[in-house]
Amino acid sequence: MSEAYEMVVGLEVHVQLKTRSKAFCGCSTDFGAPPNVNTCPVCLALPGSLPVLNEQAVELATRAAVALGCTVNRRSVFARKNYFYPDLPKGFQISQYDEPLATGGALTIASADGTARKIGITRLHLEEDAGKSIHDRYSGVTAIDLNRSGVPLIEIVSEPDMRSSSEAGGYLRALRQTLQYLDVSDVSMEEGSLRVDANVSARRRGEKKLGTKTEVKNMNSFSGVERALDYEFARQCAILDRGERVTQETLLWDAARGEARVSRSKEESHDYRYFPEPDLRPLILDQAWINGVKAKLPELPEARKKRFVDDLKLAPDEVEKLTAHPDLADYFEALASASGDVRSSANWVMGELLAAVNARGGTIAHFPVRPHDLGLLLKMIQDGVVSHAAAKRIFALMAESGKTAAQVAHDEGLLKVGDDPALTGWIDEVIAEHPDEAKRYLAGEKKLQGVLVGFVMRKSGGRADPKRVNQLLASRASPS
Amino acid sequence: MTGSDYPTLTASTIAARVKDGDSSPVDVVRASFGRARAVGAGPDGLNAILWSDEDESVREAERLRGQLEQGSKAGRFAGVPIAVKDNYATLGLPTTCGSRILAGYISPFEATCVTRLREDGAIIVAKTNMDEFAMGSSTENSAYGPTRNPIDIRRVPGGSSGGSAAAVAAGIVPIALGSETGGSVRQPASFCGIVGVKPTYGRISRYGLVAFASSLDHVSAFARNVDDSALALEVMAGADQRDSTSADVPVPSYRSQFVSRATAVRPLEGVTVGVPREYFPESLDQGIRTLCDRSIEHFRALGAKVRDVSLPHTDLAIPAYYIIAPAEASSNLARYEGVRYGARVDSVDGLRGMYEATRSLGFGPEVTRRIILGTYVLSAGYYDAYYRRAQAVRSLIARDFAQVFADGVDVLFTPTAPSTAFPIGAITDPYEMYLSDIFTVTANLAGIPAMSIPIGRDAGLPVGGQILAKHFGESVMFRAAYALEESLGEDAHR
Repeated sequence: MSEAYEMVVGLEVHVQLKTRSKAFCGCSTDFGAPPNVNTCPVCLALPGSLPVLNEQAVELATRAAVALGCTVNRRSVFARKNYFYPDLPKGFQISQYDEPLATGGALTIASADGTARKIGITRLHLEEDAGKSIHDRYSGVTAIDLNRSGVPLIEIVSEPDMRSSSEAGGYLRALRQTLQYLDVSDVSMEEGSLRVDANVSARRRGEKKLGTKTEVKNMNSFSGVERALDYEFARQCAILDRGERVTQETLLWDAARGEARVSRSKEESHDYRYFPEPDLRPLILDQAWINGVKAKLPELPEARKKRFVDDLKLAPDEVEKLTAHPDLADYFEALASASGDVRSSANWVMGELLAAVNARGGTIAHFPVRPHDLGLLLKMIQDGVVSHAAAKRIFALMAESGKTAAQVAHDEGLLKVGDDPALTGWIDEVIAEHPDEAKRYLAGEKKLQGVLVGFVMRKSGGRADPKRVNQLLASRASPS
Repeated sequence: MTGSDYPTLTASTIAARVKDGDSSPVDVVRASFGRARAVGAGPDGLNAILWSDEDESVREAERLRGQLEQGSKAGRFAGVPIAVKDNYATLGLPTTCGSRILAGYISPFEATCVTRLREDGAIIVAKTNMDEFAMGSSTENSAYGPTRNPIDIRRVPGGSSGGSAAAVAAGIVPIALGSETGGSVRQPASFCGIVGVKPTYGRISRYGLVAFASSLDHVSAFARNVDDSALALEVMAGADQRDSTSADVPVPSYRSQFVSRATAVRPLEGVTVGVPREYFPESLDQGIRTLCDRSIEHFRALGAKVRDVSLPHTDLAIPAYYIIAPAEASSNLARYEGVRYGARVDSVDGLRGMYEATRSLGFGPEVTRRIILGTYVLSAGYYDAYYRRAQAVRSLIARDFAQVFADGVDVLFTPTAPSTAFPIGAITDPYEMYLSDIFTVTANLAGIPAMSIPIGRDAGLPVGGQILAKHFGESVMFRAAYALEESLGEDAHR
């Protein structure tokens, strides 16, 4: 049924900027403080208080706008969006309306068939967050926490350019990655520093006109967005198939039930009565300053991927993994430089490191074994001081203890053993324990050498120098 | 020693006496409270003051006396009692804006201008009555009852800063803060026979002035003479990083630019006074016209050149003002909903019911009228027809002034108000009340400095003359006002 229709999606993404203080006052933006501690007369909207614009918020928003290819407007205007809600202390939100900070950008994503797709960005503007209403904490009342009131946000509005839920997911992942590279936000949907509202409509394939859209809110993960879009698209297709019309309305996604319900809030009937904020002057940006922000942009994901392929000769699928997060890519590059070995650095980062970080449940930036430390371990492998197997154990112990690779190897006796008496002892034991294999090997069945070396390695706890073990074993075998 | 002459003393005289040790700040403050009791008591009391705390004010005076005895430098307002309109955030005394919705509200922070007054030695002795949220022209719209005019207690003092005007006119304080959105200081100054000055928009920080219409609101002051009013500006003016719309423009010494008859035969030599014909309509009260003509003759005698000019968009000012001001007010007053502070009226009808009950009972009829009007003009489909057009008209009015000033006019002279103080209860039609601001709203729309000084009496009631200048043209405005005041002498009050 839905094959006859095409999904059309546009996304509105709200992103909390990573500023030290709020958008219009000096209060801290720290997440997790006790309720209503990070507040002052301005963000509590006490009578007589006035907003003063945070310049760092402007800089971060401009950085995002420039990176997304937007035109940053030399003049933009703050506007009041008026509505009553208990967690909106002023009774209006300071936002931008008909003169936003930036307009007309694009973000490139890979579509299902692997080709690059450009998703247009209509506008990017600065605004402030509201506080939080807590409905389930105290019985019979709603509690208000205004710590978040006035935290700076950017709203990034896309064109209705996405044609499937997976494209929408791809756009969100690419956007999150770009914002991570820019270091403008924590972009965590779980912590609420990235929030997504989706506009979705269905139209018959081949039709040029857009269908009536609905807005879907309340998704709390990217996969939730994809599921919500598929759900809502199917619902619209069914309506159209019955020859009925889609009603323009707002729906709330219920992840637990896997369905979207029409919002009972009067949100869409709101008339926000926007008008220019008289307490703030228009934001006038100097072109040289905008150019400066552009010049200071960090390397973006696409550029980094290209460099990893071209300069480091890594495979495209490896590059995707290594550049997924800027901290991971930074770690990899630092490790490659410390160890001087791109190949094994890539293997270690994609293998042992990611596994260890995931197991710990932290972030790569806070992982205790830093690239320099891990580089020293890789060097020990290269120098033949530790075996690969021992290195894995050493790495795990480094993460636990915070000791250096050399210390751990020494303390745990994991340095390679290359002295003949020790090796000869292990070989003798192996021969005694595996008389059958030993006899056949010594009789000239050379392919059994690897098996015997393996036994020796295991017996030595990975410490035996495999090269020397091979030599010693070979010297005992009868020449064939 | 301060004696029975206290009610007639200027701020600069009091500060000089305190500085020289001739007066004790404690005695001055006690004299102020004594005067307030004398004129405030009984059914015929002025009702100028809403909140005061004599013990605390006396303690502050004692602290100041101690500091001065320790050799601290005396500020420009050392020991001067100052009253503050109830829409400025003050520490200690309530800040209610003359409204029930803020009954009992005490601000945890202080307005920048009040801090600057205190840092120069002033002692805040009272919060004064006002039209609720500064919406009105008679101080009859206060939740705490009307203020009476000290010149004639059956009449209004003007408004919305009527309490401060009455406090100065009655000799309770030599200086009081008012606020202006459309003439709320100049009009009551005219009605009470005192000086009222509204500086350039951005000249004084609005931080701590409870917003009515942010783009029109101005910190303003009353005084008994031009010199004191200029001193008040010198103390309060200057950039403030808490107000993004405050201007980073140096504050000149206005008073050092006064030219007195004592030193010059023609003190206003080189000054051109423009007389805009739109401010002298056929219908203008004859007594007011006659007094204005007399002042114009004084200007000529003072050496000024007098020239007729035109400000053609003047008649559009009231309609534009009554769109822009309510629009901004509807948004600025949204915060009074009972959630965080002030009055809350609970309702069985949930959140919406609580909002409606709180705001219906908390706001008086004029405030309600303006919120509804402002909400309407900002609504989708009406914004362009009303708000956007009003802003275009506002630009035309500002351009009228800019052209006249670019054309060589230094100051404009007009009547301050179309009438003298009217009896309490006499005006019941809101629109008729709005016309009371017809000569004053233009300066708020354009953001230019303007002041009113007494120029005589009509049937025993004070009449004010208005002097306007270009943006940041306070120096020449004060100079012209000072010369006219000196020249009129006692005639200003008869």
